[in-house]
Amino acid sequence: MIAPVKPKLHTEQTSPHRRGPLLKIDHVDKSFERAGVITEVLKDVNLSIESGEYVSIIGHSGCGKSTLLNLVAGLTQVSSGAVLLEDREVNSPGPERAVVFQNHSLLPWLSVYDNVRLAVDKVFGSSKPKDERHDWTMHNLELVQMGHAKDKRPGEISGGMKQRVGIARALAMEPKVLLMDEPFGALDALTRAHLQETVMQIHTRLGNTAIMITHDVDEAVLLSDRIVMMTNGPSARIGEILHVDLPRPRNRVELAKVPAYLSAREAVLKFLYERHRFVEAVA
Amino acid sequence: MLSTAKPLRLVQTDAGVVSATVAASTVAEHKRAVTALPPRPQKMPARFASAVGRLIGSAVPSLIVVAVLLLLWEMSFSGPKSSLPSPSKIWFEAKDLILYPFFVNGTQDIGLGWRVLTSLQRVAVGFTLAAAVGVLLGCFVGQSEWATRALDPIFQVLRTVPPLAWLPISLAAFRDSAPSAIFVIFITAIWPIIINTSVGIRNIPQDYRNVAAVLNLNSFEYFRRIMVPAAAPYIFTGLRIGIGLSWLAIVAAEMLTGGVGIGFFIWDAWNSSKLSDIVVALIYIGLVGFALDRAIAAFGQVATRGTAAA
Repeated sequence: MIAPVKPKLHTEQTSPHRRGPLLKIDHVDKSFERAGVITEVLKDVNLSIESGEYVSIIGHSGCGKSTLLNLVAGLTQVSSGAVLLEDREVNSPGPERAVVFQNHSLLPWLSVYDNVRLAVDKVFGSSKPKDERHDWTMHNLELVQMGHAKDKRPGEISGGMKQRVGIARALAMEPKVLLMDEPFGALDALTRAHLQETVMQIHTRLGNTAIMITHDVDEAVLLSDRIVMMTNGPSARIGEILHVDLPRPRNRVELAKVPAYLSAREAVLKFLYERHRFVEAVA
Repeated sequence: MLSTAKPLRLVQTDAGVVSATVAASTVAEHKRAVTALPPRPQKMPARFASAVGRLIGSAVPSLIVVAVLLLLWEMSFSGPKSSLPSPSKIWFEAKDLILYPFFVNGTQDIGLGWRVLTSLQRVAVGFTLAAAVGVLLGCFVGQSEWATRALDPIFQVLRTVPPLAWLPISLAAFRDSAPSAIFVIFITAIWPIIINTSVGIRNIPQDYRNVAAVLNLNSFEYFRRIMVPAAAPYIFTGLRIGIGLSWLAIVAAEMLTGGVGIGFFIWDAWNSSKLSDIVVALIYIGLVGFALDRAIAAFGQVATRGTAAA
């Protein structure tokens, strides 16, 4: 189903002298001010992510998980504390932290190919010749099984296909950390399952580091090495971190009977629905 | 556009019968083509015939109305004391203007086609300038909150100034009629272009801005790859209003500045009491204005293909 691995365009530029995790969220607070009222969204969030890890962030809506992802992406700025990528502070967006947006965010006036190619040209425009950039674009489209639709426009393909292209665009930037903001949230259950499989296969092959926002417990357990559970906002913090010690590759049908899977699932459910029940925030 | 059901109602005309049967057979063929490939060879001619049929179907009602109006006009103004010429009198007096748009009998005795082309040339220069400056200025105003607050009220005031009110000032500034006419076109067309472009820029979804941010697009790339395509539907709305206003303005401006344009022709005909010529010129102006509007709309449709469908 997936084409043989092509050589990577550039090697990971991880310095051998670097100690500590790939990504570190260090005592991060975030508050928004609107009409003179200050709302504290995140309070003292600490998280370290190792290279190659797949981390899910789960929590009720409004708990600030998307804000946390935007802070890592650099799309919003921390109020205090810091986000460190390879020991360097992050405060603006960049392709080394590519984002898969919830609503795909493809540019509707560009074809599927051109959407990915725009990212490839921007990231590798100066380092790679034209034909290599073409091959790399096609390689990433094949990776998400979208090579056949390269000339279609986003308006002509289904929601699941759009999200595949969104993933291809993000992967094509060769990010050090892949950020996904509820990547399967807007999809129907079957399409979602297909896409989860694809993401798992890609993660197994490329070993990329990923942070995924989700509100789906099964999705979190199936895909993640660690699940970060957030308490309810305002002033949300990390309530608990669960290690998911399930061997890969994982199969959703077989996992349904595995005790470790069931207990991980139960732990997340208990956290979300017993200890931190969702209370509709008073606006 | 008309639906395929429409020609069916026109069975009393010959063309209607043809197009109705053709439309039905295309549907049948389409269904067959799904199950049995390859499609039959007469598919394209059939589709062409149905398009022609639809065109005739949509033209017939307005042709009937025009015929009725001409008849009424003829009946009301055919008396010897009527103030305006009747259609038959116009045909008799201005036949050469209608039949030969491109004759040349001397510097001031030329066909209306040439006059329209002269006017169009002025509009082309003025409108192109307005489009270029308007889109750039609109982008600048749209992307900056501060510029919007500072400049938008000024634009809103200036856009209500009638085109001809600019003419004395531009005549004084340029001291020549040709650049003055072009300036009037420019200043008339530019406001809707600026205002629509800036609205389009302000309405760029945050998603596209985020994509641009993650990709680290610089200002020029952002302008070219995100701003212009995202705002294109708005820009074309502005251009369409702008070309309409330019065409309104050129006729009025030429009446005052003189030269060979269609506007001056009307003024000249009025001074020599050639009412029939004026009526023919009015029809020319209307048809050309209609064509300009449709041309910009068609161009916009091609250029913004896929932009609206997210």
